[in-house]
Amino acid sequence: MTKRVVITGLGVVSPNGADITQFRYALKNGVSGIQHDPQLEQLLFSCQIAGKPVIDTARISQYFTELEIRNLESTGIVYGVIAGLDAWKDAGLQPAPDETPDWESGTVFGTGTSGIDKFRGAIYKLDNLQIRKLGSSIVAQTMASGVSALLAGKLGLGNQVTTNSSACATGTESILMAYERIKSGQATIMLAGSTSDSGPYIWAGFDAMKVCTYKHNTDPEKGSRPMSATASGFVPGSGAGALVLESLESALARGAKIYAEILGGHLNSGGQRGEGTMTAPNPLAVQRCLSMAFRNAGIQASEVEVINGHLTATVKDTLEIQNWVTALGRSGKDFPYINSVKGMIGHCISAAGSIECVAAVLQLYEGFIFPNINCEDLHPAIETLIDPERIPRVCLQKDFNILVKASFGFGDVNACLVLKKYNHG
Amino acid sequence: MDREIMDREIIISAIKEVAAPYTQDKEALDQLGEHTSFITDLKINSANLVDIVLDLEEKFGIEIDNDSMSKMLDVKSTLDVIEGKLTEK
Repeated sequence: MTKRVVITGLGVVSPNGADITQFRYALKNGVSGIQHDPQLEQLLFSCQIAGKPVIDTARISQYFTELEIRNLESTGIVYGVIAGLDAWKDAGLQPAPDETPDWESGTVFGTGTSGIDKFRGAIYKLDNLQIRKLGSSIVAQTMASGVSALLAGKLGLGNQVTTNSSACATGTESILMAYERIKSGQATIMLAGSTSDSGPYIWAGFDAMKVCTYKHNTDPEKGSRPMSATASGFVPGSGAGALVLESLESALARGAKIYAEILGGHLNSGGQRGEGTMTAPNPLAVQRCLSMAFRNAGIQASEVEVINGHLTATVKDTLEIQNWVTALGRSGKDFPYINSVKGMIGHCISAAGSIECVAAVLQLYEGFIFPNINCEDLHPAIETLIDPERIPRVCLQKDFNILVKASFGFGDVNACLVLKKYNHG
Repeated sequence: MDREIMDREIIISAIKEVAAPYTQDKEALDQLGEHTSFITDLKINSANLVDIVLDLEEKFGIEIDNDSMSKMLDVKSTLDVIEGKLTEK
């Protein structure tokens, strides 16, 4: 018994838009959410720019109780809960009644590291022999599943409630995991998404690895340059994206708005073999992930019209394009349109996949292809692979049917999702 | 009103203030008295009892040991512990 699975709700907290309306506007207009970050400068980061969502305290109090807000220091949890509850509401769903959980609904809500500021504070207290002063909120704010647990409590979710973690592939993986659960008939509705904390303690490791750009501290909006000849490393970001996945029959029975259908996808790893390492993707694994996703979704490579790439603005962008060209067997003018949200918001680490999937679904549903900003100087090696016209620099109004989204992460892990426009009637 | 009763009333109102953010049951909070239980009457999550103790420590400038802490399940026992610690000061 396999079910068709559709997307019926969206929520997002992105550096360039902290709700769906703002995010849609920013995407279409190429609005950057990258800013100079005084804290990073003070801490002597090489990269002193970042993409951080802007959320005021009044908004936070709409999603959290007064008690939850006391000592709330996990930005990732704040973003994830807001995006998740927004998606639930957007789907026209209510929290379960007080006495009974909603057995048919669950969540897979991923993260990388959770509540790192809270964790830092706890370590200082502990080292100062003040363990008894930790209080009761440390565990809930620092466990990886803090975000899925809070969402489950607020919504009364009674099906699977879990948290996945696969570095930069986390968000796309969470959607595929939730999709599988509905497809196999084990759940009717799943809230899928991912989140990532803000701040120096999350981003420092990448700065130390010299994978972030240090050339744009004075012109932040120009810093994130996917596919550009002058791309010089990614810009760290944070936020959360959330999608409500639902069986087609449930969505139709409820008369829900259907954004798109998930045709299928694939998850794999290069096993850090061949050219794959902890930090570099094994190209064969990437190509296989894409091909297997097309096969799983029952589409031909020739049907792919738009790609939302991983494309972080590092030297690996050319390799990624090469992998798409190989997996699709398409190049030059025959290549699909391709774009990357990272030019506007940077690399939101474990939230990247879900925020970018929200962007992908909006494009498919509303018929537009957002512009690649900061890509006026296309990388020459990319230009030899695909026609520059396939990399829109202005927003295109265009109806299309098939979009493929992929995310690749540390540990040589890959996730690819195939989405189709849902035609009512 | 003698001094002792006066002090107890001050302490009870302080307990009420500390417990307020941890309970959703505002009616039970309004009726808070010596025999009110934090968990059954005020419906406070048991994990938050530790936060209440920390807040009380700060409010009265005292330190409450583990044994005393484990007794603080209702207003009466909490009152006794706080009074004891204040006398020791």
